[in-house]
Amino acid sequence: MGFPFPIPQHKNCLPSSPSNDPTKGVGSLRPRHHVLVRVTHWLIVLGFLALLVTGGEILTCHPRFYWGETGNVNMRPAFIVPIPSSRGSVPTGYSFVLRDQNGWGRSLHFEAAWIVILTSLFYGAFGFFQGHFRRNLVPAPSDLTPKKFGNDIVRHLRFERPSEEEAWSYNALQRLTYLLVVFVLSPLMIWTGLAMSQAFGSVFPSAVAILGGLQSARTLHFFVAILLVLFLVIHVLMIFLAGLRKRVGPMITGRVTQQREQVWTKFRGENS
Amino acid sequence: MDKISRRKLLTTSLLATAGATGLGVAAKLADYYGLIPPDSGVLFGAGETLSYAAHRLFGRHALAREFARNQISKDPYANPLPPLGAEFQRLEVGGFADWRLAVDGMVARPGSFSLAEIKRFPRRTQITMNGCEEGWTYIAEWSGPPLAHVLSLVGALPQARYVVYRSFQSNWWDSIDIDEAWHPQTLLAVGMNGGELPVAFGGPLRLRVPRQLGYKSIKFLTRLTVTDNIKRFGKGVGGGTAERGYVWYAGI
Repeated sequence: MGFPFPIPQHKNCLPSSPSNDPTKGVGSLRPRHHVLVRVTHWLIVLGFLALLVTGGEILTCHPRFYWGETGNVNMRPAFIVPIPSSRGSVPTGYSFVLRDQNGWGRSLHFEAAWIVILTSLFYGAFGFFQGHFRRNLVPAPSDLTPKKFGNDIVRHLRFERPSEEEAWSYNALQRLTYLLVVFVLSPLMIWTGLAMSQAFGSVFPSAVAILGGLQSARTLHFFVAILLVLFLVIHVLMIFLAGLRKRVGPMITGRVTQQREQVWTKFRGENS
Repeated sequence: MDKISRRKLLTTSLLATAGATGLGVAAKLADYYGLIPPDSGVLFGAGETLSYAAHRLFGRHALAREFARNQISKDPYANPLPPLGAEFQRLEVGGFADWRLAVDGMVARPGSFSLAEIKRFPRRTQITMNGCEEGWTYIAEWSGPPLAHVLSLVGALPQARYVVYRSFQSNWWDSIDIDEAWHPQTLLAVGMNGGELPVAFGGPLRLRVPRQLGYKSIKFLTRLTVTDNIKRFGKGVGGGTAERGYVWYAGI
């Protein structure tokens, strides 16, 4: 079994020499993220944002959650999300009803889900066969010692600005977080989403039963979405902390831009 | 024009033609195997087409989940109805004795059936879920003859591809593909939870399509039309809800 086309190996994804080597000029910027990682990353960003917005819209139709197979306004909810509803039949405590946007909301939600699922499958196949997961995401056992890993956590909690070398690789905490998102949260999101489809349940009834029923799947879908949003917030926060140009640049061009950053800082310094 | 660019031009145009032809053939094949929904051309039609095609490829004949008797919801819910009018009230007072279901279109023997006749047809009783696009659900026992029974009774022609169905409420109509129509769990429901089907839940006659969302299970069923050309109905997207911006295929 192999990948359907040859994949260029980026042997220099990890630098052999310190990345802040001042002898390296702008011309020798090296690739940080593989082109397929970059393309799939931004496709999933697009899909995720569409899913988030339309997911919120779908939630307004019935901002009540239940456990088990069934749940409706005649039944006691497990909890209620305190937002207004787009349906007058749902008691919310608000005196107004939002406009019904569920037609296009649902359609865009599923179209975006297709984009995310197909992109994820592609990314997953690439990650396994090209060694991306093994090389870039699986932490080295030596980095998982309580001392080193504890240090990673403390540095993140203190919002410490990462050093220049860290532009080239992820620490163990980052690696485990990405693995959690890629291999646990995203599959769970897709599974709980599919389990809400009547036709999917017809083909795979046990996939719904294992989750505890259709309404349980809906409730889990909501919780996993919150975890993914939490990840997104921290992810973006960390990027701002490390420097927007330094982190977003490599995800677009594949190249670490610290050299340009220095030039730019110098330029700004001279002109201020 | 030098040789290289002419060669490039030739290869590019050949590839483009092959690509376009390939896509065209693929689309024709997908349509032939019933993988393209009538509203595939709307704004988000691509996603719906993928879902519909996937469901038809992997679960065309799959059975909707059926539940145990003790799972039947004690508090089923139905969305509030607008006033149904004087004519409906007259029918209701008469115990719906004058309620009729007309069947026409691509059938050998078009006709119409009274509610009493429909109730005498061999029935199927099943405990299935009704799920709304809003997110709520309930489980109930539904009973009535499968739509398949009526289709074979009137002699639906083999070329038929859709069954269009209409409600007493004039703004409600919809359609299902022929696989969903012949599906054993697609019922002309006349009973619910052991009794008559209440008006609030679509009585006296409701089409139950348990593999799709509740809005495909149209209440107050009055007419079935068997067709091979769904584009001729309404705006051509297959149903009133589809015309209001909801997906025609509601298995998801």
